Amino acid sequence: MLLGLIFESLTCMTLTLWLTQILNGLQFGVLLFLLAAGLTLVFGIMNFVNLAHGSLYMMGAYFAAAVAAKTGNFLIGALVAVPATLVLGIVIERVALSGLYARDHLDQVLATFGLVLFFNELVRFIWGSSPVYSPAPEWLSGAVDFGAGISYPAYRFAIIVVGLLVAAFLYWLINLTRIGMLIRAGASNAPMVSALGVNIKMLNTLIFGLGAGLAGLAGLMAAPILSVQSGMGEAILIQTLVVIIVGGIGSIRGAFLAALIVGVVDTLGRIMLPIGMAKVMDPSIAQAAGPAIASMLIYLLMAVVLAFKPLGLFPVNASR
Amino acid sequence: MSNPSFLERLFPEKLRWSQPQVLVSSIVLLLLLVLPLVALATKQPFYITLFTRVMIYAVAACALNLLIGYTGLVSFGQSLFLALGAYAVGIPSFHGLTSGWAHLVFALLGSAAVAAVIGMVVLRTQGMAFIMITLAFAQMFFYLGISLKNYGGDDGIRLEARSTLFPFDLGSNTALYYLCLLILIAVLFFSWRLIHSGFGMTLRGIKGNERRMKAMGFNTLKFKLMIYIVAAMITSVAGFLLANLTSYTSPAFSAWTVSGELIVMVVLGGMGTIFGPVIGAIGFLMLEEGLKELTEFWGMPLGIIIVAIVLLAKRGLYGSLKKS
Repeated sequence: MLLGLIFESLTCMTLTLWLTQILNGLQFGVLLFLLAAGLTLVFGIMNFVNLAHGSLYMMGAYFAAAVAAKTGNFLIGALVAVPATLVLGIVIERVALSGLYARDHLDQVLATFGLVLFFNELVRFIWGSSPVYSPAPEWLSGAVDFGAGISYPAYRFAIIVVGLLVAAFLYWLINLTRIGMLIRAGASNAPMVSALGVNIKMLNTLIFGLGAGLAGLAGLMAAPILSVQSGMGEAILIQTLVVIIVGGIGSIRGAFLAALIVGVVDTLGRIMLPIGMAKVMDPSIAQAAGPAIASMLIYLLMAVVLAFKPLGLFPVNASR
Repeated sequence: MSNPSFLERLFPEKLRWSQPQVLVSSIVLLLLLVLPLVALATKQPFYITLFTRVMIYAVAACALNLLIGYTGLVSFGQSLFLALGAYAVGIPSFHGLTSGWAHLVFALLGSAAVAAVIGMVVLRTQGMAFIMITLAFAQMFFYLGISLKNYGGDDGIRLEARSTLFPFDLGSNTALYYLCLLILIAVLFFSWRLIHSGFGMTLRGIKGNERRMKAMGFNTLKFKLMIYIVAAMITSVAGFLLANLTSYTSPAFSAWTVSGELIVMVVLGGMGTIFGPVIGAIGFLMLEEGLKELTEFWGMPLGIIIVAIVLLAKRGLYGSLKKS
């Protein structure tokens, strides 16, 4: 029956729908990657649980929406939002979090949980409870034509391009520069790096800032396609955690692949499962159960990965 | 040596009244006992509902304390079992089954089964990964609840009436209050006995040094799974009570902020103390109520206070009564 279900799911969509959904999945995947890249480094190198990463994503979205609304230019909003989130991240790290690196995970969870409450309320205080409207720029409002009758919204396509560019930049930064070498060394053995005379405190702040900037970038790009509102960072934060666990804590490469897998699985599952299930069983049951199972797919994926590889797909340090 | 009397068997460890924590917990329980009488006499029934909520959260916090405080398992997904207990009331009621005993059985069996399955997955991981995976599973149930369109989806289920739990008449707020107090005292007593049993000693050993316990031949996974299931079942009873208090079942009960608040209560009260979570629940919910009175944007000061608690108070309110 399961095979029949999968078969029905696969054949029920046309090629166009398939391509569109895969692109949607990739677009969601690169957003997840932007968040996961910074967070997996914070987790892996500093051994620090940061739940406030979703808040930085939210602040990035709000900064961009607010500046874009003032100036009427999306690009200016974007150019302000990334450095603003980066600075905000560094300030948070210095003021509240740097004192918690040596403490156990429970304290880190609690402190960053407190920060999430604070920021959710702060944006309601400043910008109100109703979602803030943030339009996509005029020059990206059209569609990209791939020929053969297949087209895709230009703005979403731009997100994929930016995401892949950032991935390439991170690959260069991590693998081919001195800073990247230190980051990799820190991920596998932080105390040793410190003992070798590297200013690990400085490195931590740098990584935290980098992660915050990337989260801000993800937030500002998501702003026109999702609603900018208080609490928007939570849902995506938890999906990011799934990505990080599947990819292996501390691994950028793992985060990249896992983000794309999770993005595509989640998007395709939501479309395919209800349609496919309606063909093999009573439509009213499928209507009710399809979305429910689809929303659980990525967690099932995570459970399966953990069953076989408890440290994720690309464990950085197998001995830990 | 004479045989120990019944009382001595119930309380093998001597309670010394001179100890501040024994004194404080007795006073708090006594105050909880007389609170409805005072509230009714002064025509402030609001306090009965408020403290019913406090005690329900205290029950859930006590269960979480068994995991965090005594076994060293930082579960960030306890709201899952709270919601499970609530849905064990909501869904049968929706179909016309209003027997509270049936609801309780569903809650206990359902949470035990779910905890056994989830526990097998999450307990394979440790430390940071454990925190995140328990969180992810709770979130999974949150979305599951939202997608249950037949049962109200996002909005949840409004109960026509509270469960019928013979001999208690839960229609009355005061009766529900005393039922919660009864359950809270039962849970406190149970945790106290559990912690001082051989099983509890093993758990504390696992918290202290799991590798050593393994080396000594303990199947630590089995012990962790057992306490994970026990905590889940206690939490589901809290969920059962919460659904009855609010006459309402909703996916919001499994929101990740609820799990976070439960952890705050445990830490605020003092983890690894039997009575600490009760003090934590009272302190946290009073603080929340107080801030709500002051400002619409109560989340901001609350967030800052939580950060401050973490940075400054390491042992919690009740925990600091204990001599180190």
